[in-house]
Amino acid sequence: MKLRENDHVVGYAFAAPFILGFLLFIVYPVFSSLYYSFTNYNLLEAPSWVGFDNYTKMFTDDEKYAKSISVTLNYVLASVPLRLAFALGVAMLLNKAIAGIGLYRSAYYLPSLIGGSVAVSILWSQVFGDKGLVNSALGLIGIESSTSWIGNPGTALWTLIALSVWQFGSSMLIFLAGLKNIPKDYYEAASVDGANKVRQFFKITLPLLSPIILFNLIMQTISAFMTFTPAYIISRGEGGPLDETLLYSLYLYKRAFTFYEMGYASAMAWVALIAIGLVTLLIFQSSRYWVHYESKGDR
Amino acid sequence: MAISRRQWKTVFYHLLVGLLALGMIYPILWLVASSLKPNDEIFTTAYSLIPSSLEWGNYASGWAGFAGNSFGTFFKNSFIIVSLSTIGAVCSSALVAYAFSRIPFFGRGFWFGCMMLTLMLPRDVTIIPQYIMFSELGWLQSFKPLIVPQFLGIPFFIFLIMQFIRTVPADLDEAAKIDGCSKYGIFFKVILPLIVPAMMTSAIFSFYWTWEDFIHPLLYLNQPELYPVSLALKLFLDGESLNNWGGMFAMSTLSLVPVFVIFFIFQKYIVDGISTSGLKG
Repeated sequence: MKLRENDHVVGYAFAAPFILGFLLFIVYPVFSSLYYSFTNYNLLEAPSWVGFDNYTKMFTDDEKYAKSISVTLNYVLASVPLRLAFALGVAMLLNKAIAGIGLYRSAYYLPSLIGGSVAVSILWSQVFGDKGLVNSALGLIGIESSTSWIGNPGTALWTLIALSVWQFGSSMLIFLAGLKNIPKDYYEAASVDGANKVRQFFKITLPLLSPIILFNLIMQTISAFMTFTPAYIISRGEGGPLDETLLYSLYLYKRAFTFYEMGYASAMAWVALIAIGLVTLLIFQSSRYWVHYESKGDR
Repeated sequence: MAISRRQWKTVFYHLLVGLLALGMIYPILWLVASSLKPNDEIFTTAYSLIPSSLEWGNYASGWAGFAGNSFGTFFKNSFIIVSLSTIGAVCSSALVAYAFSRIPFFGRGFWFGCMMLTLMLPRDVTIIPQYIMFSELGWLQSFKPLIVPQFLGIPFFIFLIMQFIRTVPADLDEAAKIDGCSKYGIFFKVILPLIVPAMMTSAIFSFYWTWEDFIHPLLYLNQPELYPVSLALKLFLDGESLNNWGGMFAMSTLSLVPVFVIFFIFQKYIVDGISTSGLKG
């Protein structure tokens, strides 16, 4: 009895940093932002209660908000599937035991290592600028282009999507680890049975990787929804041109820290929390139809 | 005949994978090349990777910084923030991971569940109240809001180290206990030496995340003499410094040097860390 008692004390002593941090920097902020979301608060005067005003205004009287939602959805829906597809495709290409594979793996992984940095966002704004690398390279093959891909409302968001897809490396490493765990004899047995490569991909590779795909899909979706740095740097903090790169996080940042509308921004944060929670739930729910767990498998 | 076909396939494979790889790192090479080009050449021959002459002056003009604050200051700030954050994150995470994986205390499952939820919590929800909290504490314009929270355990690292502790046989704990070790003793004498690789991986990622962090310094620091490198680079995009392209590319390149150096030294830890826990790099 004495010993068990001891375990509780020691357990809490070791877990104390997390518990303290969780209460202080997660629980308290999450609930106080819920409170702020029902107030007007500019940091100078005390918050004043306004009920659901912030939420109503958001959905009925804020064109920029609607715009930022559509921009963010486009960004997430394009960048996450493309990134995962590249990650899986390249992982399959690299799942070979030949000389030089480590070098290739590093080359594909490097962009994802540095992709979140300000340096790369700056680089990107020059690569796709009016006299940047892309236009210059297009000129070499005879396509003259002098408009900035960043400044053109039709392509601005796509430069951000390209930046995100370029960083498929870390997902690729996770897929690569998963591919290595698939026993070789599955494929041998399948080719003896006459299944071609395409069939093997859909019947063996994809089902066995599906738990990893689910994990990647969820984590990448959440982080895509929260993308901030590249949008901020590339649009110089404005979300332009014509709000085409006004990602949700950037708009929230502007509301909170440029206009000091903490109440409104908190309401935006809570809508994001609920929306992301629902999307995650939806992905989890859908997983029972497409995620294959080997323990109950029939192979 | 069969051999030659196989060789062709290998050649084709290397051509495809190699060209794709080159395409992937081309922007990075371009950044480095541009940092050495004369200012007027950067955009006239943008496709080229070879400067007509090596313009090391870009590094000098970039390093000079803005309004009396050189990149020496910015790098120093970054190193202070990064090293303290990393020490805090790794040590606290190791303690918590030990509690979660080896001590059957009351409420362990509940707190572990809380931690897993935190992994998925979007940053936007906590950022405003945290800002208000730190401003009430009088911590704005200091490194404290960037460093102190790191000492309270980072869920990703806790999870990673837990995975590692699971591979340590429980018999070792038992043996140490019979030898008269307390739970504290078991942690410091048995577990800690064995989880060094997981702590290394955590330290490397902690370094990357804090080195590249932009939004938090942007919120908490607005005096240039406190800026870390990530935030200082933004100044190249403002106002009158707008035309120092060479300096901007030079300092951007320099800001990535520590990242590359650590990558090439510790590649194995990084690849293992990502593969086993899904840490994002």
